[in-house]
Amino acid sequence: MKQNSVAERLFNGVIKENPTLVLTLGMCPTLAVTTSAMNGLGMGLTTTAVLALSNLIISLLRKFIPNRVRIPAFIVIVASFVTMVQLLLEAYLPSLNVALGVYIPLIVVNCIILGRAESYAYHNPPIPSFFDGLGMGIGFSIALTIIGAVRELLGTGAVFGYHILPDGYVNINIFVLAPGAFFVLAMLTAIQNFVKNKLAAKGKDVSKVGSGCSEDCASCSDTACSKRFYDAGAPVKNPEVNAAKKDKAKTEPKKAEEKSEEKSEETAEKKVKDKAGAVTEENNAEEVKTDEPEETEEKAEVKETEEKEGGEKDE
Amino acid sequence: MNNITSIRDLLILMVGSSLVSNVVLSQFLGLCPFLGVSKKIKTAAGMGAAVIFVITLASAVAGVIYKFILIPLNITFLQTIVFILVIAALVQFVEMFLKKAIPSLYEALGVYLPLITTNCAVLGVALTNVQKNYGIGTGVVNGFATALGFTIAIVILAGIREKMEYNDIPQSFKGMPSVLLTAGLMAIAFCGFSGLL
Repeated sequence: MKQNSVAERLFNGVIKENPTLVLTLGMCPTLAVTTSAMNGLGMGLTTTAVLALSNLIISLLRKFIPNRVRIPAFIVIVASFVTMVQLLLEAYLPSLNVALGVYIPLIVVNCIILGRAESYAYHNPPIPSFFDGLGMGIGFSIALTIIGAVRELLGTGAVFGYHILPDGYVNINIFVLAPGAFFVLAMLTAIQNFVKNKLAAKGKDVSKVGSGCSEDCASCSDTACSKRFYDAGAPVKNPEVNAAKKDKAKTEPKKAEEKSEEKSEETAEKKVKDKAGAVTEENNAEEVKTDEPEETEEKAEVKETEEKEGGEKDE
Repeated sequence: MNNITSIRDLLILMVGSSLVSNVVLSQFLGLCPFLGVSKKIKTAAGMGAAVIFVITLASAVAGVIYKFILIPLNITFLQTIVFILVIAALVQFVEMFLKKAIPSLYEALGVYLPLITTNCAVLGVALTNVQKNYGIGTGVVNGFATALGFTIAIVILAGIREKMEYNDIPQSFKGMPSVLLTAGLMAIAFCGFSGLL
């Protein structure tokens, strides 16, 4: 698949770098709104709209936004779209708006959005950026719908409001309550760890799996979910993590050179280098990882079934 | 305005915000620092103190801006944009101020401040205050109580994690999954507080 093509971007967001299932980003809304499949889908689609549009605008403005104030600029753009979407929901889907409540405005601080703006949209042309946002959003929606469906099924015996489990099934109420969210996510990350260990044993690159919130908070802050408002010489937050990332950064010398004035910024740009660096340097890099997608697809299937088993075990 | 006047009401609000509807364990706000900075009790307490400081300050500033700028100008629909910018700028400003003025406090809280710049808990509290029509004073109390709840939760989790560190856990459950299961059990325990009100 050609890099940066529409299909590659969509595939990347949905499967290869699925924000929830692979990267573990944006966990707050994931846990909070997935009490039912419908809520999960609603949240996912709302986020998708914001993500795709803000990526598009940020990409169009990338030549005009000065590097130093890019984070505030991103935040303003994202917040504008969130406000628009919120007003639209209030007008046309009031019930969804009530169900999602405060989590709609909180899309602004969703790690995924700022992360994509920072690592992709700010360095790439508008069309791929738009589809990057769309792909990530769809991946997020799918993950949220699956999690929501599992929780709804175990908690109420229904999916999308349709009863599917036999009457003899005793609802495990806790799954639609707050603790259930933690249990489901625990199973999800456990499966993620399992797959990660398997892949690592096979010698595949697993650096991206669970690189979001599930690791150290410092890595989360580096991927822009709680980044500094401006970056004038941000201090080194976590020396160990930074050191590890710098080693990685060295593999993309050209990009690192550009950024050398802000050394501590390098770590934050790790993702940028992984992606954008590879893109800007040489465009001919055809990816040859054909067997990996199959793995992830397989994993997604396994996940659903294992999740149910695991969830029941918890009870 | 839903102004709460008596001390009793304020106490009920505090218990409600800090224990019953705990910000992390029942609303899932501020999950990143909750999971990330809870390895040691000491750092967890530092993070908690920074969160209390920032949320209390942010709910005061957001409340003032909402009442004296957004409502008179009739632009309350801009609340999300205004709040996030104000909060982010405020945190940076506080960080700079502490660095210059009170270095000892900066040493204790400074490292955590950038981590909470765009933390969803901070924005969440500001938005909840507006949604529930709290006045400025009530909003500050609500913010303080919410942050206190966060601190209680993160310190307890850190304590449990310190004990768990050398336990024999299945390979796949090492790290995050076991922490999340712990958090889930804590959430069940916190459900018990709902009988308080």
